[in-house]
Amino acid sequence: MIQIPNINISIIYPEIIIFITAVIILLVEIFSNGKKWYAQSIIALIGIIVSGYAVSNQWNSFASGFSEVLVADNFALMFKLIFLLGALLTVFLSIWYFRREEIQQGEYFFLILSSVIGMMILSSANELITAFLGLEVMSLPLYVLAGFDKKKLLSNEAALKYFIMGAFASGFLVYGITFIYGATGTTNFDKISMVISSRSFGIDPLLLLGFILILIGFSFKTAFVPFHSWVPDVYTGAPTPVTAFFSIGPKAAGFAILFRLIIKAFAPIGGSIIPILWILAVLTMTVGNLIALTQRNIKRMLAYSSIAHAGYLLISLVVGNGRGASAALFYLIAYTVMTVGAFGIVILLGEKGEKDLSINGYSGLAYRYPAAAVVMSLFMFSLAGIPPTAGFIGKFYIFSSAISKGFIWLAVIGIVNSVISVYYYLRVVVVMFMKPEIQAGRVVCFPVSLMVAIILAAIGVLQIGMFPQGWFEAVRYSLIGLF
Amino acid sequence: MLRIYFPILVLLAFAVITPLVMLIIPKILGKRESTPVKDAAYECGIPAKGDARERFPIKFYLIAILFLLFDIEAIFLYPWAYIYRKLGIFGLIEMGVFVFILLVGYLYVIKKGALRWQ
Amino acid sequence: MQLAIFIIFAILCIFGSILVITLRSAVSSAIALVFVMCVIAGLFALVGALFVAALQVIVYAGAVMVLFLFIIMLLNLKEELISEDDKKFTRFLGIVLGTAFLFELAFFVRTALMRGSEALYEPVPKTLSSIAVISSELFTKFLFPFELTSVLLLIAIVGAILLAKKKNEK
Repeated sequence: MIQIPNINISIIYPEIIIFITAVIILLVEIFSNGKKWYAQSIIALIGIIVSGYAVSNQWNSFASGFSEVLVADNFALMFKLIFLLGALLTVFLSIWYFRREEIQQGEYFFLILSSVIGMMILSSANELITAFLGLEVMSLPLYVLAGFDKKKLLSNEAALKYFIMGAFASGFLVYGITFIYGATGTTNFDKISMVISSRSFGIDPLLLLGFILILIGFSFKTAFVPFHSWVPDVYTGAPTPVTAFFSIGPKAAGFAILFRLIIKAFAPIGGSIIPILWILAVLTMTVGNLIALTQRNIKRMLAYSSIAHAGYLLISLVVGNGRGASAALFYLIAYTVMTVGAFGIVILLGEKGEKDLSINGYSGLAYRYPAAAVVMSLFMFSLAGIPPTAGFIGKFYIFSSAISKGFIWLAVIGIVNSVISVYYYLRVVVVMFMKPEIQAGRVVCFPVSLMVAIILAAIGVLQIGMFPQGWFEAVRYSLIGLF
Repeated sequence: MLRIYFPILVLLAFAVITPLVMLIIPKILGKRESTPVKDAAYECGIPAKGDARERFPIKFYLIAILFLLFDIEAIFLYPWAYIYRKLGIFGLIEMGVFVFILLVGYLYVIKKGALRWQ
Repeated sequence: MQLAIFIIFAILCIFGSILVITLRSAVSSAIALVFVMCVIAGLFALVGALFVAALQVIVYAGAVMVLFLFIIMLLNLKEELISEDDKKFTRFLGIVLGTAFLFELAFFVRTALMRGSEALYEPVPKTLSSIAVISSELFTKFLFPFELTSVLLLIAIVGAILLAKKKNEK
């Protein structure tokens, strides 16, 4: 008789809720005629909120299940809340955008939600095969989402590029997993770390090779330099809400799994991993920022800026202790709200088809729509890391964690980089407030759903920036049991 | 271990040698001559028009990929059938969940008319 | 004997892979790839993973390659569209990087082997048939990844139809 494993199905309740919501949306799409876009969006929102409630119910439960392939510690739960927050804001961004572009297909919400399932699994995976499948469940909908605007050539190009790069990255990841399995005989994170530390000799080269290949696989997803070449084209071509989702979801999920790998599975060989991550961090920050300086298109600029932000987050991965992890969590929360806000304004100010997305197109915006200009400036300040915004506290937290662990040079490079980044973020503000108006005819309407997303993001940026104490507490609690 | 594969190896060798021999013998025995009539697709019949390398409509691709996806579903049934008796009711439930999730996909395929040939 | 067969298969595999990337016609490349897949199935069978070998033939050499051929016919590339200059550069870069990667791999594996047998793990227990190992692991220990596969397939179905199906055909 075969031993039936301990399942403990309650630890995947949030995922199940999201999955059922997604399936309901799909069924509504195929079984009902007439207009259903709004109904589907409301179903999606309800599902996300209920799932968030289920996640918060698991807080401090530290359960694991399915023969230890999944763990639901606070760290994973915090990441799940970040993904759900990102998905919630993305749905708000999407409702009006897809109406404007006339591509209201309910499958959109199905794809967004199933991608969220993948991210959630990635954040609580405690085993390499589960992590790989989580990554695929996350990525597959993203490829389709990039090409969701089928009539637009750029969107098709984005889907194809993203798919080819993504498939290539998955190949690296699986290759790395085989090496790890070959060297240790297990794919479970706890057991990998046990096997490594029980070894009599030093670092097994197969293990290091396996780790590097896995790192490359995830680096494509989180867009670290030099694995970033797909980012600008994909971010520009994809529909704007999808771009916003790209820059928050997969990135956070990639960091979730990388943290777990480095803290748990590969902790015994941490010493030889840190130099690799150090170089990645410096390259990612610097290249992302330098190329962002020359961008004329706002979506492209935000694409490169997202690369740079991944670089700042990499600093916390180099630090790798509790302080680094909590700084990364804090930064990811801040980054989610400010990025969604910035893309929200881009959607608000675009016209159908989004033919002109140049930064200069925002000239003199402040005279016509002062509120929009002020809010956009707020997001730009936050992305640049200027107080009293969320971005400033997040960066401060990361850099101080680097200094506390002795990575002075890394912190210095990070600070220099954020000074560079001020130039291109503030250029948007300067164009809006100090240049004469060129597009006199620009008419902007203010749809409710989009305004909800932008206002929520703006409140978030200010609230996190001015009263970070509660967030610090939450982030610190989410590390219980990890270190 | 290897002995049980010996017949397969013999078969493999035959499969490789036979076409090689069939390709080489005519070259030695006969002479090659090509005329337009001989190169035509049908020597006696309607003259061929255009090229065989037409662009295929995308619906062929759609059928092929749907076949592939359900093919993978079917493959998971093999190992399941192997230990079905040992798993008992537990096995039935887990395969039930697996198939049920894909049933949603099947419904989607049917309702979207992806299998309808137009 | 086992080693001899391995070497034959390995040489055939490398030969086939070289054909895949050097043949000019896309269809011939795809057929060469079928050959490579079959040889890899042979390699799997050689180490006792019979079930995986069968899957390799059914899924890769069968279904996936049919898909490949469909796509080749869909695109119908008569001539290679890449310009000669471009090709030279990519070819050079590819050769350099590929060789570097090969040496890296060889170096790592060699050092691992020299460290002793502890670093190498024997994956398939010889006493059990491969399908027994796979099924007892898949439906108990890896139950969750197994169920997740069906979610992945569902997403793939929706995605494929969404991208490939023309609209307004109801």
